[in-house]
Amino acid sequence: MSGEEIGIVGYGCYVPRFRIKVEEIARVWGEDADSVKSGLAVEEKSVPDMDEDTITISVAAAKNAILRAGISPSSIGALYIGSESHPYVVKPSGTVVSDALGMGPDIMVADFEFACKAGTAGVQCCYSHVKAGLADYAMAIGADTAQGRPGDALEYTAAAGGVALIMGRDPLAVLEGTYSYTTDTSDFWRREGQDYPSHGARFTGKPAYFKHVISAGKGLLARLNAKPTDFQYCVLHMPNGKFPATAAQQLGFTMQQLEPSLVVRKMGNCYSGSSMMGLCAVLDVAKPGDRIFMVSYGSGAGSDAFAWRVTDKIAERRERARKAADYISDMKYIDYATYVRMRGKLKGD
Amino acid sequence: MPHTSSVPLFWRLKKSKYMMIGSKCQTCGSVFFPPRVICAKCRSRGKVADHQFTGRGVIESFTIIRAAPEGFENAAPYAVALIRLDEGTSISGQVVGSIEDVAAGKRVRPVFRRITQDGDDGLIHYGIKWEIDDGSAGTEA
Repeated sequence: MSGEEIGIVGYGCYVPRFRIKVEEIARVWGEDADSVKSGLAVEEKSVPDMDEDTITISVAAAKNAILRAGISPSSIGALYIGSESHPYVVKPSGTVVSDALGMGPDIMVADFEFACKAGTAGVQCCYSHVKAGLADYAMAIGADTAQGRPGDALEYTAAAGGVALIMGRDPLAVLEGTYSYTTDTSDFWRREGQDYPSHGARFTGKPAYFKHVISAGKGLLARLNAKPTDFQYCVLHMPNGKFPATAAQQLGFTMQQLEPSLVVRKMGNCYSGSSMMGLCAVLDVAKPGDRIFMVSYGSGAGSDAFAWRVTDKIAERRERARKAADYISDMKYIDYATYVRMRGKLKGD
Repeated sequence: MPHTSSVPLFWRLKKSKYMMIGSKCQTCGSVFFPPRVICAKCRSRGKVADHQFTGRGVIESFTIIRAAPEGFENAAPYAVALIRLDEGTSISGQVVGSIEDVAAGKRVRPVFRRITQDGDDGLIHYGIKWEIDDGSAGTEA
């Protein structure tokens, strides 16, 4: 054990194999694909198979995280799954995931909900558990099978994927600090019983995403007495490719610092897994000593900011499981009709 | 709508359905999946205990289901294969992904997926299916 440093001991992601291109969705709705693509900076998005959901995606991501950590599943003392697409409204996804991986029954489990930042809220809880001595290891998962109403702008980006992070001592990335910024800002919501979310259209930008991401980011930098140039990488929540690029610039980060995390272009926005997927992509290439600045965003609204420092444990552990780029490149295109059928928008008898 | 399966029955089978825990005879070494309480070879002389299968194996034969049973209609066409597990016994199971990729002799590995659900208000049943094993890292059961 390397002292009292706490952070990520294992990370793992999973992205379903199917993809639909922006062109294909635009074709069906009679929109100009080029203007949609340049407006969103997204080319295609992931689509889950008919038998995949937040629980199955969580299991796949968690298996990779456990492999990287090299620990027994039963040594994990807490499991928190953040998602806005839990398969059950009442019955925690974590109960199935815990038993499917052999983690229980001596384990704290709960499902979290805070739009797209529910996964990073879990990371903060897991960090606190380890620091308080309540658990040797604690796993946080951010996973979603996001849905956009057919024809809505969200349909171009609402994607599927998940990430699991195991917090503990002897980490591959030390958590140097975390800070959150939260207000009652209603930019995106879904009422009980509704299939699709509603949103505040153009008001989802400045008063929502940008205000919270930038406030959380600046708040953490101030608390750490750090500046953007102290970090090799910047990872932000990715509702599309444009928002994080603009926010990174406003925070003082360069495109070079942001670029390695921009998985959104080729897989869309996997909601609770989005910023965590960007972190996975960066951990897949980072060197020991690199510092990573990360800010999630959840509508409603709030942001969690994190500063990570990569350790020399990274080199060996990251080779134990498939990387984000492996999942993103291992794909098969489907057409809109197949997409509609697979997402349950088209039902037989 | 009425639920088609027993909730307690599902709980009882959870270990084998979720984690591929079968059984092994400590006397003769025979392995069984799904688990058995009595060894098929040794009978009363056998001593059977839980056994963790890796879930990895080879497709011996397969069929494509196009006229699917109730509850699986939306998934058709899909492949169901007879899989020879590395530990020695065989099992039938669904192979996910494109049906064009399924062939006898190909190696497969387990994935955790939705199996079926009891109507719109019943339980969702999860369990193991198989995918073609391309040899990539990080996919052990």
